Amino acid sequence: MLKVDNLHVRVESEDILKGLNLTVKAGEVHAIMGPNGSGKSTLGHVLAGRPGYTVTAGSAHLLGQDLLALATEERAHLGLFLAFQYPVEIPGVSNMEFLKASVDAVREHRGEPAIDSVSFMKQAREACKSVDLDQAFLKRGVNEGFSGGEKKRNELLQMMLLQPKLCIMDETDSGLDIDALQVVAAGINAMRSPDRSFILVTHYQRLLNFIEPDYVHVLSGGRIVKSGDKSLALELEERGYAWLEDVA
Amino acid sequence: MVDFMQRPLAQASSAAPAWLQDIQSRGRDAWKDTRLPTRKTEAWKYTSLQPLQQSFAVPGRDAAKADVSAINLPQLGGPTLVFTDGVYRAELSSTVLPSGLTLVRFADADAAQAEQIRTALGSALLPGRHVFAPLNEATLADGVFLQVAANAVVEQPVHIAWLTTGQHEAISITQRLLVCLGANSQATVVETYANKATGGTAFTNGITELLLDRGARLHHYRLQLEQGGAVHIGGVHARLGADSLLSGFHLALGSALKRIDLVVDHQGPGAHCDLDGIYLPRGTETVDYHTCIEHSVPNCTSKERFRGIIADEATAVFNGRIHIHPDAQKTRAELSNKNLLTSNKAEINTKPELEIYADDVQCAHGATVAQLDPLALHYLRTRGVPKEEAEVMLSYGFINELVEAVAEPGLQAFLKPLLANRFAPEPRLTRHIL
Repeated sequence: MLKVDNLHVRVESEDILKGLNLTVKAGEVHAIMGPNGSGKSTLGHVLAGRPGYTVTAGSAHLLGQDLLALATEERAHLGLFLAFQYPVEIPGVSNMEFLKASVDAVREHRGEPAIDSVSFMKQAREACKSVDLDQAFLKRGVNEGFSGGEKKRNELLQMMLLQPKLCIMDETDSGLDIDALQVVAAGINAMRSPDRSFILVTHYQRLLNFIEPDYVHVLSGGRIVKSGDKSLALELEERGYAWLEDVA
Repeated sequence: MVDFMQRPLAQASSAAPAWLQDIQSRGRDAWKDTRLPTRKTEAWKYTSLQPLQQSFAVPGRDAAKADVSAINLPQLGGPTLVFTDGVYRAELSSTVLPSGLTLVRFADADAAQAEQIRTALGSALLPGRHVFAPLNEATLADGVFLQVAANAVVEQPVHIAWLTTGQHEAISITQRLLVCLGANSQATVVETYANKATGGTAFTNGITELLLDRGARLHHYRLQLEQGGAVHIGGVHARLGADSLLSGFHLALGSALKRIDLVVDHQGPGAHCDLDGIYLPRGTETVDYHTCIEHSVPNCTSKERFRGIIADEATAVFNGRIHIHPDAQKTRAELSNKNLLTSNKAEINTKPELEIYADDVQCAHGATVAQLDPLALHYLRTRGVPKEEAEVMLSYGFINELVEAVAEPGLQAFLKPLLANRFAPEPRLTRHIL
């Protein structure tokens, strides 16, 4: 699914990722943990093509294609989805219009027929229900005036409609109360399938109580310094990150 | 003093009804003493009158036959008056009037109506506020008088379309609309100014006066859709009686020059005015809106929202003046002006101007100038929306709130595709905003 090889990334003349390697196979769930400033969010941003993130060395392939050579929208067409830690508010663009535009674009590139407005509306309403978001949010501006939890649920809603291949969840658990966290986790679990992979970027072990990862990696100083199974997350919860920085 | 209007001024009196002659003569006298503003005149600092540096003619006889079928106009289903190059076109108009509504051209006014027009005309124009008003009166040969009787509710929108077709030489057209709403009456008035894409230069001097009696409610839309070489210098002057409500919507596509002055005078306590506006110059076009909200009496409110998208090497000016007089206690006035520049060479000159002489008032104002938000663009693209389409969505989104607020459904249905097409002619880029 995803192969990241020796990735070096620079943001505003500062090197953030310094030789990151990561392989994610179809159907797997990987958790990436690490202290603040270790480069966790940078990985998601650079894979999604955010302006200002420069790859100075290394490569990233999604489904065998050179991800870094593609425009941001082409990465989405290929099946990449980044759930933002801070989803962007776009007043004046309705959520519905935005969702339809993105689903149409992705379907078009997959060679699937366009979906008519009525059926789409129905799908969107159902998706709202499953993420516990009132349908009124479809008519509002994209994320405009949404609470933190509502924004995260809106990310999940988009993910359900787009049916991506690789989902990177950037601190999806931050700012969520326990009820909202359970809704989001249930949504992610419902989307797990043998041909879809997840990368959960998180600071805390809490999310992993609800979504069981196949692998846990610790990112520190721009590299993955330790990998293990879900028990590693529990160990981190107990011991913190400092001992790993010493290892690195 | 200035000879660009020499021919229209010389021919004006022969075209006007006898009872308009003294208004013309009043205008001629005042125009003689008028000095054309220059860039040193504060209110004209950013707007050049260079496009007036030519000799304008009165429209020729062809005006009465001009084919305007190519001009895209809103179809609103109510009473409609169509003018082409200043000439009334009965065959394109629809004058079935609901009860309570008077809609008559100055040229057709009977003696009683003529007297009403003579009394009211110019009464909403505050002295010295509109430099080109004397020229308007000096060349005024025809106009439209719209009156709603007290307590009458006119449901259907009244549409007045002022079209210019362009002739072989630059022409000058004078328009005047006088709207009088009786106490507690209600109406919707739509003014559309449009031209033929292939037309020549026309200089329109269009003034609208809105007189609202106690408790009257008016939805007023003024669409300035003229493009190309069109020059429009005009304005709307409103006088609001006690507890009346004016809801105004203004749209200006760019052309060689558009300078529109909007003046709303709250004269009766409890009056309220909403003023929304959108301006979209591109190329080397210029749009200049000068708005002035006068609060002379207590307990009035005003809310003004203007948004501009300025492209290419175009220029826009927005000047928003709020003047709260000493007696106007408990006034609430809001003014917001937001601008989006889509090119490095686009120019906006925005200036809020607050003069507050009362102490118990709430007044808020803000002006912003920005470019398309790169993070919003990125976010849309991460969801697969192609860059070009995302840019169109964001541009349209910048004005969408005001378009959605248009209360007249037929007008909203007309405006959406018109505006979307303005940002991108290709349907694939606009399909999701329509």
